[in-house]
Amino acid sequence: MGGLWIGQNVNLLPIEASANAPVYDELFRVLFSIGTILFIGILGLVIYSLIRFRRKPGQLSDGIALEGNLPLEIFWTAVPAVVVLFIGIYSYDIYDRMGGMTPLAHGDMHTHNSATTESKIWGGIGNASEKTGYESSIASLPIEVTAMQFAFLFHYPEGDIISGELHVPVGRPVSMRMESNDVIHAFWVPEFRLKQDVIPGQPTILNFTPTKPGRYPVICAELCGPYHGGMRSTVVVEDPNEYQTWFNKNAKDETLKT
Amino acid sequence: MSFSNLSLEKQSYKLQPSGWLRYLSFSLDHKVIGLQYLICGFIFYLIGGALASAIRIELTSPISDFMPREVYNQVLTLHGTVMIFLWIVPVVNGAFGNYLIPFYVGARDMAFPRLNAVAFWLIPPAGLMLISSYFITGAAESGWTAYPPLSITTPAAGQIIWILSVLLLGGSSIFGGINFIATILKLRRPGLKLMQLPMYCWAMLGTSILVVLSTPVLAGTLILLSFDIIANTGFFNPALGGNVIVYQHLFWFYSHPAVYIMVLPAFGLVSEILPIHCRKPLFGYSTMVYSIMAIVVLGLVVWAHHMFTSGTPPWMRLFFTIATSFIAVPTGIKFFNWVATLWGGKISLNSAVLFSCGFIVNFVLGGITGVALAQVPFDIHVHDTYFVVAHFHYIVYGGSVFVIFSAIYHWYPKFTGRLMNENLGRIHFLLTFIGFNLCFAPQHWLGLNGMPRRVAEYDPQFAFVNQLSSAGALLMAVSTLPFLWNAIRSLFNGQIAGDNPWNGLTPEWLTSSPPPVENWIGPAPLVKEPYAYGVNKKNQNLDLNESNESTSPNQ
Repeated sequence: MGGLWIGQNVNLLPIEASANAPVYDELFRVLFSIGTILFIGILGLVIYSLIRFRRKPGQLSDGIALEGNLPLEIFWTAVPAVVVLFIGIYSYDIYDRMGGMTPLAHGDMHTHNSATTESKIWGGIGNASEKTGYESSIASLPIEVTAMQFAFLFHYPEGDIISGELHVPVGRPVSMRMESNDVIHAFWVPEFRLKQDVIPGQPTILNFTPTKPGRYPVICAELCGPYHGGMRSTVVVEDPNEYQTWFNKNAKDETLKT
Repeated sequence: MSFSNLSLEKQSYKLQPSGWLRYLSFSLDHKVIGLQYLICGFIFYLIGGALASAIRIELTSPISDFMPREVYNQVLTLHGTVMIFLWIVPVVNGAFGNYLIPFYVGARDMAFPRLNAVAFWLIPPAGLMLISSYFITGAAESGWTAYPPLSITTPAAGQIIWILSVLLLGGSSIFGGINFIATILKLRRPGLKLMQLPMYCWAMLGTSILVVLSTPVLAGTLILLSFDIIANTGFFNPALGGNVIVYQHLFWFYSHPAVYIMVLPAFGLVSEILPIHCRKPLFGYSTMVYSIMAIVVLGLVVWAHHMFTSGTPPWMRLFFTIATSFIAVPTGIKFFNWVATLWGGKISLNSAVLFSCGFIVNFVLGGITGVALAQVPFDIHVHDTYFVVAHFHYIVYGGSVFVIFSAIYHWYPKFTGRLMNENLGRIHFLLTFIGFNLCFAPQHWLGLNGMPRRVAEYDPQFAFVNQLSSAGALLMAVSTLPFLWNAIRSLFNGQIAGDNPWNGLTPEWLTSSPPPVENWIGPAPLVKEPYAYGVNKKNQNLDLNESNESTSPNQ
């Protein structure tokens, strides 16, 4: 019970800034509750055994000659199996709600992405060759990300903008196509609960919908050389008007300005 | 008889130096080789610990100020490589395996004594080469994973020396694995059935299968990587059409089973230590055996859970999530069985038991975070962060290293004939347990909140928690001192232990301490029930004097 309370009431995570984050945090709370209950249970059993069954001074006899107990062993094979099965099914459900299984479930139907954005709040991450959906999804904002030692560059094809800082409007799905110029990097925004490696020679994609205005760190999470720790950028989530102002100020292609 | 070849070996024993010089010689005695592994491994543990201290000193401040960034990357690469390949793998396998397995199967030595000595003597030169690369050319900078293209673009000399060292250490590991399989399956004393073997034999059999199946894959991969570096081939170099993800698959095909190569023997050692000190049979012998074998099989098909953010396709993520989660089932059985072994026992709360119980607690936490990490959506946030750093230190330090200390306290009287000091041992345990948890528990929070791993500089908001973690590391470093003092002083001043201070029933206790060259003066004892502790049960089935003519070898 204590474990359940801790699992539900102790928050170890940063703020939620993408549509995907609340779903993630739901999974986290479930895993944290189960984990805390199991851990406190085993810790309690070990400490209790060490105190209750410790050898008192003068005792020379052995313990009970208990070599096993089949029903008991079946019981504690079944319990972890059920727990693990539950976690597996539950995390599959979470993954599906995040949109991670979209290419598997829908096959070639990715052209209908915009129709399913209500249920699939996040387009998932993965290898670009598997998913070309973002090009045809009307609503999403396409951005091309280039990683290099030791910086990220964000290219907006719509206005031909190249920026070192990622600007995105709140509420609009973003589709990023990422590739590296040199070694493997990773794009990570802790407040979005999302991460995807940026690989040389193999474009990857990352889709998300920002929900909370603010400035969040973009962190490289794959060892990429001496200045790996300093390879950071910022994602600015702003309301659509501010984003449009920024966009108009920087867009090179005049016709795209609105 | 299976021992007939030993008459030849006897000749070579006579040529060995005696006294402490034995430990610097090309000895063929499995007990000498076991202790060579242990002492050599411990020296590398001190070096790896010094490297860890350097990392924790750098991380007490958010800026990179203690050492240059290139050196920091060299230090973290060496720390990982030394701790895995020169400390944990050689000690849980080589040291205790060589010392104990021949006793447990009732043999007078390992199946291939010369191969055994070669396997050990590959380690010191490989280790010295690796460490000296730091001073001569600069060590490898690409982490112990050596992912290309980073490992291809960083300075080549250090990377090539790293590859060469790991190849030699891998070779040593394979030689050891072949030797253990042969010894356990073919050198068993006639009359001793497989299901009567002490649990550590099963753990070593499973581990050796993993070693022999997966280490050659790592060797092949690293040879291809070295071609990419020195001969400009393009196996993993995207600039030449290579594929960097293939390297990751091949690397983790070895390096995930490597985790089980580090923890399965530790599981086996705990299964030997707890029953003796609890004065109870090991709970659920056969389920313990089956769960080891289940871990071996599952351990070979989980590697891609290290690659959930590498652009792996969804079906592959789903498969590896399920396979990885299910490892929790056989592992869980083992932990419940150990707790059941404690239950109702007459537990001596000595240093060996404290470290074993510390292992249970730490490993359960590491296992729980492990199941969480196996879930793709969870992993996508915390992959390559300090959450993962905390998780695997709970497995390999809180797990394997705690067991190594437990095993040293437990078998020290067998190695030397003297007991270690219990008060110093308890101080050692308390310092290690508190220091370890203070060092690594806060790192879970760091990872969840945005600190990636392998960084020399970080967001200033994480400074306090990092300092907390470094304080824990300091405590761990200090905890080594009472242990070292205890181990060295007890060698000369320790209480005389007698042959069997713990009243153990496994065969290594049924001879003198330290044991004679060929383990027993007379015939090897036949121990059919190595865990026959318990009221009214003790010694009932122990047949010390049965000679080997009446029973036929079992297969």
